[in-house]
Amino acid sequence: MPKNADLPPRAGAGFKPAHFEDILSANLENAWFEIHAENYMGAGGPFHRILERLREDFALSVHGVGLSIGAAGPLDKDHLERLKYLCHRYQPEAFSEHLAWSSHSSGFLNDLLPLPYTEETLDTVCSHILQVQDVLGRPMLLENPSSYLSFAESTIPETEFLSEITKRTGCGLLLDVNNVYVSATNLNFDPDDYLSAFPFDEVAEIHLAGHATEEIEGEDILLIDAHDRPVSDPVWALYETVIRRTGPLPTLIEWDTDIPDWSVLRQDMDRANTVLEKAHSYRETANVA
Amino acid sequence: MSLETLQNDFTLALLDPERDIPSGLVGSEQITAKRRFAVYRNNVVSSLVEALKTAFPVVAKIVGEEFFEAMAGIYVRNYPPSSPIMMLYGESFPDFLSGFGPVAELAYLPDVARFEQIRREVYHAADAEALPPDFLARVPEEKLANLVFTFHPASAVATFEYPALSLWEWNMAGDNGPAPDFPRQGEDVLFYREAAGTGARRLSPGGSLFLTELAQGNSFGAAAETATAVSEFDLSDTIAALLEARLVVAIT
Repeated sequence: MPKNADLPPRAGAGFKPAHFEDILSANLENAWFEIHAENYMGAGGPFHRILERLREDFALSVHGVGLSIGAAGPLDKDHLERLKYLCHRYQPEAFSEHLAWSSHSSGFLNDLLPLPYTEETLDTVCSHILQVQDVLGRPMLLENPSSYLSFAESTIPETEFLSEITKRTGCGLLLDVNNVYVSATNLNFDPDDYLSAFPFDEVAEIHLAGHATEEIEGEDILLIDAHDRPVSDPVWALYETVIRRTGPLPTLIEWDTDIPDWSVLRQDMDRANTVLEKAHSYRETANVA
Repeated sequence: MSLETLQNDFTLALLDPERDIPSGLVGSEQITAKRRFAVYRNNVVSSLVEALKTAFPVVAKIVGEEFFEAMAGIYVRNYPPSSPIMMLYGESFPDFLSGFGPVAELAYLPDVARFEQIRREVYHAADAEALPPDFLARVPEEKLANLVFTFHPASAVATFEYPALSLWEWNMAGDNGPAPDFPRQGEDVLFYREAAGTGARRLSPGGSLFLTELAQGNSFGAAAETATAVSEFDLSDTIAALLEARLVVAIT
């Protein structure tokens, strides 16, 4: 297991300030929360006060959405310094970012954009990850993307690409199971095949989220990684497959759009915890045998 | 194709729906690469439009959601964020509105946008410990004129040509019937940090000038003298504003 696996191997939730009071009064055991780093890069104000309070009671994961690790150009040094400050201030148990790009010389595009899997991209991503880890002074986790298209010039399968990155940089992986399902549907591959090639030994955190379905024509659909509803049943099934293989891992429920009441989010957390508890019993059974 | 060329082409095509998609993108027989690229096009524009809707709720309410989305779509394609910190994205939106023909008749709209932008800047500005509410009473009277104030970093004074605070308050209050008679003249507003976020208080004539003079490091006496040039300047009301807003973090 990578060094960056200090979150409790239980369900966590993407933190939304709207849930703050409910969370404080919910009597949660071993829960943890993840924040989007960029939302806490203001100099001060209520967001920081809330986060300081949350941090007193819970383990924390800082999840960047704007570093643009896959950009062809250099990383934004000011942004790296802001990340360093945030990690210094809140001492999170984990820091993660995406295998994607989102910035270009003409601006920040506010979306996680896809990369061709080539030797050039591999070199670029690895050198950026090494730089991040050097500045932050800790290993990071890298998340697999959700994809809507692929590139003719890609020569390396995604699982192999991720595996090679962990070897070259020492980073861990954040396995987003919903992203696997979304990409598999959109790009027409078997998610079980993908998972059987996934470097599970490097996974330190799981993401689960809901996706939307966009009808194209007739029966053709694209799945959109919308984070706007409960986790779907096929994604739960894949998640169980993963946890059987890996044992219990910190598992985040992400819900970023049409944010529901805390009690609704809590249902998906409870369901993840049920899977995680079963994983303990698989292991015990295996040990007895 | 180099990664840099690909990302250049990708970016240009994301922001311009008329432009050809980059070469080398793979679709399928059922769903073309162009249709797939449209998902990214939509994600980029709609997430930025959504960020502006959150940032400028009163502007959105005034022009209506559908109109706002179309107008914001034009803005985000032309002025994508320069930084990944979205909490302040839209700095130039008020200026954009000033030059946007279809809202020219809503002359007050840029002021409302500017009001909303200052409000969020103050919301996210640095924290500081304000002096106790009675600090001024403890200053000996003979020292008052030479006093220099340091203001809280989470504060701002703004002069609006239109009654931006009145318009904002009425729109935030919900659907409460026909519009009242808004003031005919502009408003000066003090923005300040309060527990829940940003407070806004109307300043009497000359108040904005007085507080701006103080913020620039002029002494209490000098600022008062400058502001007295404004005919209806109300020193006691302005001091009340300064105290109620817990505006002062240090005196020298």
